[in-house]
Amino acid sequence: MTAAAPAIAVDRLSVVRGGHRVLDDLTFTVPRGSLTGLLGPSGCGKSTLMRAIVGVQIVESGTVEVLGEPAGSAPLRPRVAYVTQAPSVYADLRVVENLRYFAAVLGAPPSDVERVLEEVGLTAHADAVTGELSGGQRARVSLATALLGAPEVLVLDEPTVGLDPVLRRDLWALFNRLAAGGATLLVSSHVMDEARRCERLLLMREGRLLADETPAELLARTKRADIEDAFLALIEDSKVPA
Amino acid sequence: MSARATLATAARVLTQLRHDHRTLALLLVVPCVLMSLLAWVFEGTPTFDHVGAPLLGVFPFVVMFLVTSVATLRERTSGTLERLLTMPIGKLDFLLGYALAFGALAVLQAALATGLALFVLGLDVAGPSWLLLVVAVLDALLGLALGLFVSAFARTEFQAVQFLPAVVLPQFLLCGLLVPRDGLTTVLHVVSDVLPLSYAVDAMTAVTTTAEVGSTVWVDLGVVAGCILLALSLGAATLRRRTS
Repeated sequence: MTAAAPAIAVDRLSVVRGGHRVLDDLTFTVPRGSLTGLLGPSGCGKSTLMRAIVGVQIVESGTVEVLGEPAGSAPLRPRVAYVTQAPSVYADLRVVENLRYFAAVLGAPPSDVERVLEEVGLTAHADAVTGELSGGQRARVSLATALLGAPEVLVLDEPTVGLDPVLRRDLWALFNRLAAGGATLLVSSHVMDEARRCERLLLMREGRLLADETPAELLARTKRADIEDAFLALIEDSKVPA
Repeated sequence: MSARATLATAARVLTQLRHDHRTLALLLVVPCVLMSLLAWVFEGTPTFDHVGAPLLGVFPFVVMFLVTSVATLRERTSGTLERLLTMPIGKLDFLLGYALAFGALAVLQAALATGLALFVLGLDVAGPSWLLLVVAVLDALLGLALGLFVSAFARTEFQAVQFLPAVVLPQFLLCGLLVPRDGLTTVLHVVSDVLPLSYAVDAMTAVTTTAEVGSTVWVDLGVVAGCILLALSLGAATLRRRTS
């Protein structure tokens, strides 16, 4: 029954890249309609995990299912949106031209272009050539692309990195609205501070999962006042020999 | 297969070209300049009539090879290809979109160069001139399909550009333009028999030397079309939705 399946179900997932075990036996589920933060230091395997969830990563073993279907399978392509860490849009096209193209590929209505520009705060830059924008603006063009159509699952790799605080607040508000509307969001960040904006947290380090719970549960379990300290406590705990 | 995604991709590629005035100008002007130079070099000799038409096919072949191999490599390195392949678009839709856009450009490019050669430079052609155009466009599409395919084996733009001498020059040396293919040693003749550019040049030569459109021209063109389809399908096979 796909209707009852969780948004994302990862079971004993391992990924090896260049002889190095990047993901080591991960198992977790992400409920539908939730905003889940994927946190951990740079290089801990967040991007690889996201690639596996959208089905572009060759996996060593284990399974990943999204909305009850195997990750990356054809029925999921219109339903899952993915934003890579480096903005993947055409630098030589205007912002609207980029969005119109991806909207056409997705079969999204042309009116979506205006809506997503508004949502990422780029309406004033609609006619700018994408390559001439700042890094943060380009990242928002890439993010806007993922908002086209009505994706049920959004996998966003560090969408707020390098943005000013006002924009970051606005984008997190947007993510919360999307989740409230029934979409499932998995958002990665290496800034622990962003964890408090999420309903659920996945904390990762060196290819392993250290925590899978709500921020409140994490703080209560580690008896710490903020996420960064809680993260440190978890690392200390995991070093204690069994 | 989705006609919507194919047409959207073709329109997008053309829009990118429209923003890049310099590339567009180079694509359209360079073949014309080269044809004029050729006519000037061989002024007063019959050589221009011999090699002019085959080169009308070779220039778009070379140019399209280069442009598409770099353009596809850029799609791979910028992450846009990976993003597209997570969307509802078939690999063939993507490739056909490129083929449509660059094919349209090839028609324009070949029409300009052919028109110049025939009406300004006085190229003498026995066969119908529209056939020159057809052959030139097919040659351009052949270059495009091969460029798409080999771009899969290049990791950087430096490497992609090096595929030009590696893939195109041997075909140029053996296609019958420098030495007629019948005059090649057996080994080289066999090699030239399996290289698609040989058939493209054979077809051009046939159009220039005989007034009748014989069956050999159609066979040559059939071989070129077959090679285009083969290279496109091989190119599609190199587009991977999953990578390491």
